[in-house]
Amino acid sequence: MIEGVSIQMILTFTTLLFFIGLYGFITRTNLISILISLELMLNSEAINFIAINKYVYPGVLQGAIFSLFIIALAAAETALALAVILQVYKMTKSVDVKEVKDLKY
Amino acid sequence: MTDFSYVIWIPLLPFISFLILGLFNRYFKEPFAGYVGIASLGISWVLALVTAYKYFFVSGLQNGKYVPVIPFRWDWIHFTDKLGIQVGALIDPISVMMLVVVTTISFMVHIYSLGYMHKDEGFARFYTYLSLFSFSMLSLVLAPNLFQIYIFWELVGVSSFLLIGYYFVKPSAIAAAKKAFIVTRFADFFFLVGILMIAYFVGTFDLETLNSPSTIQWISQHSGGVFLGLSAVTWALILIFIGGAGKSAMFPLHIWLPDAMEGPTPVSALIHAATMVVAGVFLVARLFPLYYFVGGGFALRVVAVVGAFSALFAAVIALTQEDIKRVLAYSTMSQIGYMMLALGVSGFKGPDGTGYMAGMFHLFTHAMFKALLFLAAGIIIHAVHSNLMKDMGGLHKYLPVTSWMFLIAALAISGIPPFSGFYSKDEILHAAFEFDKIIWFTGFFVAGLTAFYMFRLYFRIFFNGERTYEHTPREDSKAMLYPVVFLGLLTVTVGWVFTPFSLYVSPDRVPFRYHIHWLSPLVIGSVLMAATGIFFAYVMYYKKTDYPEKVSRAFGQLYVWAKNKFYMDELYLFVTKRIIFDKISKPAAWFDRHVVDGMMNAIGNTTVWISEKIKFIQSGRMQEYGIYFIYGVVILIMIFYFYNY
Repeated sequence: MIEGVSIQMILTFTTLLFFIGLYGFITRTNLISILISLELMLNSEAINFIAINKYVYPGVLQGAIFSLFIIALAAAETALALAVILQVYKMTKSVDVKEVKDLKY
Repeated sequence: MTDFSYVIWIPLLPFISFLILGLFNRYFKEPFAGYVGIASLGISWVLALVTAYKYFFVSGLQNGKYVPVIPFRWDWIHFTDKLGIQVGALIDPISVMMLVVVTTISFMVHIYSLGYMHKDEGFARFYTYLSLFSFSMLSLVLAPNLFQIYIFWELVGVSSFLLIGYYFVKPSAIAAAKKAFIVTRFADFFFLVGILMIAYFVGTFDLETLNSPSTIQWISQHSGGVFLGLSAVTWALILIFIGGAGKSAMFPLHIWLPDAMEGPTPVSALIHAATMVVAGVFLVARLFPLYYFVGGGFALRVVAVVGAFSALFAAVIALTQEDIKRVLAYSTMSQIGYMMLALGVSGFKGPDGTGYMAGMFHLFTHAMFKALLFLAAGIIIHAVHSNLMKDMGGLHKYLPVTSWMFLIAALAISGIPPFSGFYSKDEILHAAFEFDKIIWFTGFFVAGLTAFYMFRLYFRIFFNGERTYEHTPREDSKAMLYPVVFLGLLTVTVGWVFTPFSLYVSPDRVPFRYHIHWLSPLVIGSVLMAATGIFFAYVMYYKKTDYPEKVSRAFGQLYVWAKNKFYMDELYLFVTKRIIFDKISKPAAWFDRHVVDGMMNAIGNTTVWISEKIKFIQSGRMQEYGIYFIYGVVILIMIFYFYNY
């Protein structure tokens, strides 16, 4: 429990963060920016886990453990995505998402 | 109630040193890495001694009984109200005793390694691993529930693997490390199954709850299924013992221990003689009330028989080995067999608990004198650059201090009064005599064999004629000598200082008085047996004679079998390679490759074919997919929100 901070404030904050990420994910055309937006969404979830763990179920650790999982997963996913982006850049000389619509073939 | 919450620092300090040394490995020049390790272990050692003093002499005893203390405990994962995984510490007589043993030996080994690992390239790496091991072992002995024991059980396995394979450029070291890891891991699988069975049938991991009389009564009323005439909990205990037997190198899972001697000698002293290999004994002692009461003590009798057989088996092999570290390894296995035997023959209440007490006492004294033997062997190996006895002899002149300390340890392990081994071993034999004559006779006979092979080692290393060395062997490293001398002092003193050990450790935690009857036939008999062993060793090995060859020829085939370790390694290879790999794995692999994979390939190819056909409806723009996905989610939310089922 943090003094002067209610769970509603934290949840509002994470919701904002999530939708900022969502907006970025849809509107940005730069692959790196899309990746960053994705990270924003993941992180807002991690904060949600911790906040609910702390405020609603104090004394257990599952929420904290899950947020650790999310961080580890996010790191792995970023590494993978960056590798893909690098390959895309090698092929098309740009990191624009519109250039990779040939991926379906 | 005294506050024990500081015990968290006992495992935590080595962990901190592990992190520092591990992360900044490259920046540590030679002695400083050692100083970090020594400092952390030194503080842990002092804390452990303070804990022991406070627990045994100040606050532990209440109304004539040692009460367990749980200074801290956190819930980690919650399954049901009773079942959950917790992390914490449990302070009771045996965990405090183990804390003292582990920190003392580990501290001595840390100091010793300053000399032994001098000018080694991986100096900091070595101390990193040592710290990791100390952390895991200390957390293991403090564990208040089975699952924490299991976690750290695996961690000590990993650190043992890392340290055996420390010289990773030597193929034999790598093979030994792999062997140790695979064999103990194989045994740990049974341990895990045992734990899960306990969790399923009893419903708790907590040691205090498991060992409480009410739980035991509950188990005896709800047998929970019978398999081959034994109840489920008895099976669980036997499986847990298999796990312990794997770590403690009991027959037939002992094959990794002699090969583990490929690691640096301080490691053998710390892990493969004094601390990790007795984890199995500790585990049985931890669950002793369960072993004793559940199913009429059947599981405990299994422990006794396996222990007695391993003691005999290993002692016979030790008679014939040529590599001094291997002799010591088999001797360790034999002595652990003694401890298991002692636990197996023990009763529960009052003086019936002599076996339990003696087993724990032997664990305590054995840790000191076996570590001493290994560290002395390290000095010898350092001086003559060889492990083999044929390269030694006449070293008493060159290594006088080592020689005297080796003699003390050899007398202790043979059970000659007043050295520490006498007190513990004699109590074991006493308890075994009251339980079963065959088990007692095995122990009695092994005592003679022990004395013989230890003094065979002693005389062949330090006497056995003169010889010349290329470099004069010297004991010049003070860092190596001081720990050896300190452990020598302990070996001389701990025996009579802590007798009767039953004042500190007993199965029901109620201290009782126990007297050695100095003039009883049992005591005199076992001392005479040891003296006979020493006498034969003296006749055969003090001077160079041709007796050894004659004797070995007289035993004929038995000697050949013992020398080849009863072909256990070959048997394992035969079973794994010829039977499991050829007869089971290969057909299974064929089935997997052709039938299972074939089906999967068919499904995959069909999917590819279909996707080729319907590809034209996709746009290929990633963000459009994202938007569709979000639309879908929004629609689903609307449905769930407005449609009230």
